[in-house]
Amino acid sequence: MATQHSRSAARLMMAPAVVLLLGWMLVPLSMTLWFSFRKFLPLRGGDQGFVGFDNYVRFISSSSFWPAVQTTLVIVLGVLIITIVFGVLLAMLLDQPIWGQGIVRILIIAPFFVMPTVSALVWKNIFMDPVNGLLAHLWRAFGADPVVWLTDVPVYSIVMILSWQWLPFATLILLTAIQSLDGEQLEASEMDGAGFLSRFIYIILPHLSRAITIVILIQTIFLLSIFAEIFVTTGGAFGTRTLTYLIFQRVLESQNVGLGSAGGVYAIILANIVAIFLMRIVGKNLDA
Amino acid sequence: MGRIVLEKVKKSFSEVTVIPPLDLEIEDGEFVVFVGPSGCGKSTLLRLIAGLEDVTDGTIRIDGNDATSIPPAKRGLAMVFQSYALYPHMSVRKNIAFPLKMAKMDQAEINRRVENAASVLNLTDYLDRRPGQLSGGQRQRVAIGRAIVREPAAFLFDEPLSNLDAALRVGMRMEISELHKKLDTTMIYVTHDQVEAMTMADKIVVLRAGNIEQVGSPLELYREPRNLFVAGFIGSPKMNLIEGAEAAKHGAHTIGIRPEHIDVVEAAGEGVWSGVVGVSEHLGSDTFFHIHETGLAETITVRADGEVSLKHGDTIHLKPRADVIHRFDAEGLRQS
Amino acid sequence: MARAVTKQRKTLNTLVAWAVGLLIFFPILWTILTSFKTEAQAINDPPLFLFFDWTLENYGVVQERSDYMRFLWNSIILAGGSTLLGILVAVPAAWSMAFVPSKRTKDILLWMLSTKMLPAVGVLYPIYLLFIELGLLDSRVGLTIVLMLINLPIIVWMLYTYFREIPGEILEAARMDGASLREEILYVLTPMAIPGIASTILLNFILAWNEAFWTLNLTAAKAAPLTAFIASYSSPEGLFYAKLSAASTMAIAPILILGWFSQKQLVRGLTFGAVK
Repeated sequence: MATQHSRSAARLMMAPAVVLLLGWMLVPLSMTLWFSFRKFLPLRGGDQGFVGFDNYVRFISSSSFWPAVQTTLVIVLGVLIITIVFGVLLAMLLDQPIWGQGIVRILIIAPFFVMPTVSALVWKNIFMDPVNGLLAHLWRAFGADPVVWLTDVPVYSIVMILSWQWLPFATLILLTAIQSLDGEQLEASEMDGAGFLSRFIYIILPHLSRAITIVILIQTIFLLSIFAEIFVTTGGAFGTRTLTYLIFQRVLESQNVGLGSAGGVYAIILANIVAIFLMRIVGKNLDA
Repeated sequence: MGRIVLEKVKKSFSEVTVIPPLDLEIEDGEFVVFVGPSGCGKSTLLRLIAGLEDVTDGTIRIDGNDATSIPPAKRGLAMVFQSYALYPHMSVRKNIAFPLKMAKMDQAEINRRVENAASVLNLTDYLDRRPGQLSGGQRQRVAIGRAIVREPAAFLFDEPLSNLDAALRVGMRMEISELHKKLDTTMIYVTHDQVEAMTMADKIVVLRAGNIEQVGSPLELYREPRNLFVAGFIGSPKMNLIEGAEAAKHGAHTIGIRPEHIDVVEAAGEGVWSGVVGVSEHLGSDTFFHIHETGLAETITVRADGEVSLKHGDTIHLKPRADVIHRFDAEGLRQS
Repeated sequence: MARAVTKQRKTLNTLVAWAVGLLIFFPILWTILTSFKTEAQAINDPPLFLFFDWTLENYGVVQERSDYMRFLWNSIILAGGSTLLGILVAVPAAWSMAFVPSKRTKDILLWMLSTKMLPAVGVLYPIYLLFIELGLLDSRVGLTIVLMLINLPIIVWMLYTYFREIPGEILEAARMDGASLREEILYVLTPMAIPGIASTILLNFILAWNEAFWTLNLTAAKAAPLTAFIASYSSPEGLFYAKLSAASTMAIAPILILGWFSQKQLVRGLTFGAVK
């Protein structure tokens, strides 16, 4: 397979992809790093020179930083818990023999294909609107006062919207994993006298652990950078400003590029910590 | 024509030398089998000849021409792979025709040759099927068909029968031997199965760790294994190897005696070994006894007539035939 | 793992599964239904489920008022263009990695993946600035390139995992049969990899279609795709549920249909082959 000739052909064919991605990574990254050490306000005096770690300190010590971290954590953890718990349950349900399995699968996977701006808008208006929203109708039907979702419980509302979007992803991956579980293993454990609960704890859950880890890592990376859902629903108001949104506001809304870039570097570091774990798993899989 | 000569051929993967410099001559029309345990470099050697791997050092000559740096397509060799490597998206007809199409042969000639190969291989009824619709044996035949239409200088077989079940394997073995007689073309065949090697080869090349241990006809290897490795590898069940005092009696470090060269006798006596019967394998025509507590080796295997009835735990007396005892020195080399 | 169960058990499972499925699908179903109502019916109390006067009026209004077709066209160009461009760059790369692997192949693959993890917001301003400097802001060309670059790692990865399933021996057989590298790729590899290439195209088309960070931040009017079109509905103007629903339905319908075809490949694509 590998002769001199084929190796040099391979290098040549790989070059365009490598060069493009290298450029895409290095150019903006070095610019962000550069800006993060400068006082740079495009609309108020432009580039005002080198300020050392000033932006980094200011970003962390700003009054919006810790609330943003908290919001980010609540959203990421909330969605992860909901999607994984329900994802495991749904995957186990769908793994059972049922009539019309294909159609149920399609119904459950559908939200994943809905574009983020659509799902945010539909939830915000048609479901969560305190006057005309469907949930308000439902509350009134039971004689309760409608909840003003995006004002009173804005973070939880966003968690709910995101969970709806990401549950299909978790379910689909966990279902794929569960289907690869060897049926004989379960039967053997049944012969050994294991009840449903112990089968779940000792056989199914360990088998799913890898898939669950992957779901956690991938969702974390995506959830850390969610944007459209907040942009459309609250615009960052009512304590729904995540780290990503805070940086976006610093850069584009208040045009403080230096400060925003410092925030960007933090975000990159954070994402990389998660990414390293994901890479380990994926890399291990490569050898197999 | 298909005379293939390897001169000081060497192969290393980065730091690891898989095949130390090696010389080998394969005559035109010969059926040569490379045999050895897995990882002995036999497949690598075949791939070097095919041109699928670069030679690190040395020269490969095909019919006298230096082929060392010629790409595989231009060497005029055909190869049958372990997985058959059929093109799943093409019909049997197109699979067999593919090398001819690559050679830009005209369509009428392609058709003629494909039909011809199909009738030789009993594939005529399957020409329009896809490989996925065929049985293992049929796929194997398609792979062979794809090789023979090119009329190559030599055929290379890389463990072609290892994916077939035992019964089919025996059948295909015959077919390939038959084909060799008919075509009279050089064939190089790689296998880890010494039975395949013994039954098919004109010449066997026994390999271990990239080294050629012995080259010779099947019977030469059987009768005069050059060292302990070949002695243990060729023949089934394995040759009994005995060290110590018994070997010293014959003036050797180790002596070897094949299970079929030991007779079961009634009583103990001079030159007779005694032991206790362990497991017996009844094959019907023959019975193999595994004998313990002989004081010679852990186990001595003996072939006896199928009718001999001895039970587990019985005492047995054995007499080796003196003229077929193989003697080896401390380095494991044959003493003549 | 599918084991024999009693009929009652299967019926119960089926009922629960369908109930959950419909509940999850309900928001989409409701949106589609609402798109066929009049604005008054859309906010009727109690809500009307199926028994209302079905009308197509909203679709007409949406197109007329906001030129839906232009956004749709932009979405198609951006998603299609970036995917095809990505495939052109990725196919040779994936081929090399799958069939002529070297010691560095694994590192290169993981590095490519790591660029995908780069949070977009971290490089928002540099890209924004570069786009202004290069005159690419609000242009389809610029956005196509960005979408291509953010999806390129996934495309390379998916193709790589598909190519790796094609046994190397088949390519070697082609080589022994006298095929040149070009013929080997054209006659043997491509036909065998078609299903994999098709699913890669499908999934990446979907991802590009739904991308909602760069498409919102780098476009204004000219190059804005459907994501931006929908976002423009976020400021309510009177009775607009039915029209919002109609616009939403039009934005998600094409991709829902494509998505259903690609659900099997989705797992592999989104987990980089780690779950199959």
